[in-house]
Amino acid sequence: MNRSHLSWLVIGVLGFALPPWYGLPTSSSAPWPPSGLLASFGVAPWLLPIGLFLLLPAPFVIVRSRLAGLALIAAGIGGLGYLVAQGLAIGLRGWSQPLLADLFGPLATGQRGMGAGGLIVAVSLLFYLTLGLAARGAMKGDRFTTGAIGLVVAAIVVFVFWPVSTILSQAMVADPGQSAIVALAERLTARDIWSVGCVVSATRCGVFWNSILLAVLTGVLTTLLGLAFALIASRTGFRFKTGLRLLTVLPIITPPFVIGLAVILLFGRNGTVTQFMAEYFGLTATRYIYGLPGILLTQVLAFTPIAFLVLVGVVQGIAPAMEEAAQTLGAGRWQTFRRVTWPLMRPGLANAFLVGFIESLADFGNPLVMGGGYEVLSTKIFYAVVGAQNDPGRAAALGIVLLALCVGAFILQRTWVGKTSYTTVGGKGFSGTSAALPRVVKYAAYGTALPWALFTFLLYGLILFGGFVENWGRNNSITLRHYITAFGLDWGQNGLLWTGRAWNSLFTTIQIAAVSAPITAALGLLTAYLLVRQRFAGQSTFEFMTMLSFAIPGTVIGVSYILAFNTPPVELTGTAAILVICFVFRNMPVAIRAGVASMSQIDKSLDECALTLGATSAQSVRRVILPLLRPAVVASLVYAFVRAITSVSAVIFLVTARYDMATSYIVGRVEIGDFGLAIAYSSALIVLMGIGILFIQLVVGERRIGRRDPVQPAARPAEVTA
Amino acid sequence: MTRSHSKAGGVEFRNVSRRYGNVTAVDNVSFRVEPGTLVTLLGPSGCGKTTTLRMIAGLESASSGTILIGENDVTLLPATDRDVTMVFQSYALFPHMSVIDNVAFGLDVSGVGRAEREAKAREGLAMVGLAGYEARLPSELSGGQQQRVAVARALVLEPEVLLFDEPLSNLDAKLRRRMRDDIRELQQKLRLTSVYVTHDQEEALAVSDQIIVMNKAVIAQQGAPADLYLRPASRFVADFMGASNLVDATVVGRDGGRASVRLGEATVELADASAGVDDVSIAIRPQAIAVTRLADAPALPVSVRKATYLGSHMEYLLDSSVGELFVVDPHMVATVRAGESAFARFDPTGMAVVPRAG
Repeated sequence: MNRSHLSWLVIGVLGFALPPWYGLPTSSSAPWPPSGLLASFGVAPWLLPIGLFLLLPAPFVIVRSRLAGLALIAAGIGGLGYLVAQGLAIGLRGWSQPLLADLFGPLATGQRGMGAGGLIVAVSLLFYLTLGLAARGAMKGDRFTTGAIGLVVAAIVVFVFWPVSTILSQAMVADPGQSAIVALAERLTARDIWSVGCVVSATRCGVFWNSILLAVLTGVLTTLLGLAFALIASRTGFRFKTGLRLLTVLPIITPPFVIGLAVILLFGRNGTVTQFMAEYFGLTATRYIYGLPGILLTQVLAFTPIAFLVLVGVVQGIAPAMEEAAQTLGAGRWQTFRRVTWPLMRPGLANAFLVGFIESLADFGNPLVMGGGYEVLSTKIFYAVVGAQNDPGRAAALGIVLLALCVGAFILQRTWVGKTSYTTVGGKGFSGTSAALPRVVKYAAYGTALPWALFTFLLYGLILFGGFVENWGRNNSITLRHYITAFGLDWGQNGLLWTGRAWNSLFTTIQIAAVSAPITAALGLLTAYLLVRQRFAGQSTFEFMTMLSFAIPGTVIGVSYILAFNTPPVELTGTAAILVICFVFRNMPVAIRAGVASMSQIDKSLDECALTLGATSAQSVRRVILPLLRPAVVASLVYAFVRAITSVSAVIFLVTARYDMATSYIVGRVEIGDFGLAIAYSSALIVLMGIGILFIQLVVGERRIGRRDPVQPAARPAEVTA
Repeated sequence: MTRSHSKAGGVEFRNVSRRYGNVTAVDNVSFRVEPGTLVTLLGPSGCGKTTTLRMIAGLESASSGTILIGENDVTLLPATDRDVTMVFQSYALFPHMSVIDNVAFGLDVSGVGRAEREAKAREGLAMVGLAGYEARLPSELSGGQQQRVAVARALVLEPEVLLFDEPLSNLDAKLRRRMRDDIRELQQKLRLTSVYVTHDQEEALAVSDQIIVMNKAVIAQQGAPADLYLRPASRFVADFMGASNLVDATVVGRDGGRASVRLGEATVELADASAGVDDVSIAIRPQAIAVTRLADAPALPVSVRKATYLGSHMEYLLDSSVGELFVVDPHMVATVRAGESAFARFDPTGMAVVPRAG
């Protein structure tokens, strides 16, 4: 019928016939592990039906039958279904469920995780299905669009939904003689999660309440501070607004626990402030900062910029015309603020609160560094998996609780707050000037935000400085020792020797970030294209799915990945691939948002026009949309790259000695009290990424100068649904 | 500069519907566009005309029914594979490409070599009077020039069918008139099959061989411009074609193809479109009523509520026993003032009998 049908047919069949089906050789003597075809007649006869499914549409495609579409759909669904079923049913040592062994008799051998052959065949079968659907007229017969939807949905199902659902099944793994439901119920209702002991008696409260208390406090404080910053940035004549902008960049380039390190330098037992107080006021130096105060302080420091970013949009989104209207109706400054501006901001404030709430719950680095005895869900999950406990069932149960909290808050944010927002700016530009702030509000904003900003910059300064101090608080002499330990270079017999202890993890980190960034950007922008430019059944579900991975805390992702990808059919634990995949799906939502935001500004008739001129969807994306989207492409690349370097929560579960990442290495240093090296390494990372971002902004900035008028701000084409 | 568009094919809709959930945007619509003619889809916003156009282009898919272009069933064919081009309301010029690259884009993506596509693009630009503008960016052109580039870009592919989606709505009134004539001239010269969407009845009358008036997802009436203007089939069409007075009337006598219609105190003789029903409505153009102080046999007594002097003509708002009447009267001698009593005289050529319902 057409070339793409034929080429995927060929790819699928070749993928079955040539490359090794399984990832790793089953015995070291076989130089080239068997392909799916060979294995079908040897070690893995259960693979044979897959080959038949691959061949099923061939006659229809070759004779260009009208039934080719149906045949492709049938082969796609059947083949994928069978592929997944056999993958789940047959594990390393034969049947994965005793029930199956009873039904079909025992198997001599099992199977390992899928390899190149399996991957190629699975992708081919997926495209069989989407090509077939396109041939039957789905998505106006557009093969690119159906294929893209299929690809994104499949990727999200395999790498987000399936791992998360394995958490659930893991939490149900029962001790002998116990039913799965009872096991689940027991784990989910454990005392150390729900206990209210700290209120009613002298015992500890459950980790759930600890997390909630922390998240609420963080949410409220970051929202208030963020509001103060936002008001200063957009409603006053404050002169150092670029400084505020810098403040918003810092948390992006900072690994999450670094602020914690700085706080320790000030308030830890050997901290400057603590020692000062001990010396001049005779207070005993204690570890008072560890626990709730420390975590709260670091989280508010870390997440205030995010609240600021949310709220600055809200404040700027309030049409000055409304405030002007209030003033012409005789309202004074205070009345305008109180009766007009504030109510208009309220949904935005709720939104900022929820964002802070979610960030606090998901945060792992700060509670790990600052927690002391104060346990929250994310750290408790970590300790349930690593270390002495090693109880995946408990980790899974804790993960479910944390996931439910985050997703609940996320849904609340998306549905309730999203709908009550008044600040959706229309296409028409607003004119007029915003009302000046009432004096009380203005001084309150200055009074809180400016000291806080100074404090933040001070902490960053300490981080950069701290790496040069021998042993902070005890031996304050200046040294390069930490940098030499971390980044030492030597000339050996064979040339340059990377003797520093950090090089290994730094190179791994940069490599993995560099691999994952383009994939993240591509997948995110593709998804954005589907969301903005295409209309299909189930689109809102699709959008929700893609955004959901944003709400899943890193620790939950980390646990779910080691649970899901430790065994066939997808065996990835210990590889670099699992790190890359983890970053791709953790950071994709940001690429999606960047893409959605800038794509919405490109008139839809541009790509429709390209289509009517005979361009394929893929061509219109490449020739028309992508060139206009360059800033979003760069933004998502940068973000994906930087986040891959700074994130720690999911990574810490997935690293191995072979593939260690910078952040997990630093956390390891912190845990054994080697602050000097940790701080030196952290500041090196911050500087490295700061330079990277500056460089990219220079490139993007230059492009913006040469940028031509954006798309005609012409009237929107008559309603598409007219 | 005459090229024969021998490949111009017709368009046919057979019982085509388009539904979005519970909303039906186009409901069981059937029509034919003959090869080489220009057909206009006319109607208020939300009537389904744009959706119909986009279904011809392949930008929307039909929920049911069959779409044929040049006798081939294209219902399931994506926009890319249809030999149809479109001039968009927003022009949709690619802002990052020069004028010549815009015009050559369609040739480029269909694999035409550089030399040939540049030659054709230049020829297309010359055809719309934009030779010499090749290297400009769209943002450096005026609205009318951008419009011409959009037309040239759609033309150079020599499509079977050329579509226009409200192409003139972003131009000012004077330019609109000129562009409309240019488009019609080009279409006739190249014998292009064209479908044109607009909500402006004057524009539709000026450019079309046939007009399809749409209302609420269905075709209200189809015909040549004069047909629709003189013989509207329903109150909606009459109103939309500019006969803004719709009053109830009674048929009091029929004679061959003519009907005597009583309109309050007046009686008028009109072409009989009553289909045997006595209770009808009459659509009266504002220009078909003259206001006079003189009592006359078939005239209707009225009182003048409002009289506006507009230089070339008077506008009146009249109260009468059949209801309110809006009048555009070019007789500037002996004009009537607001508050006066007067008589309305009717000109049958500006009146039509339409069914009372609908």
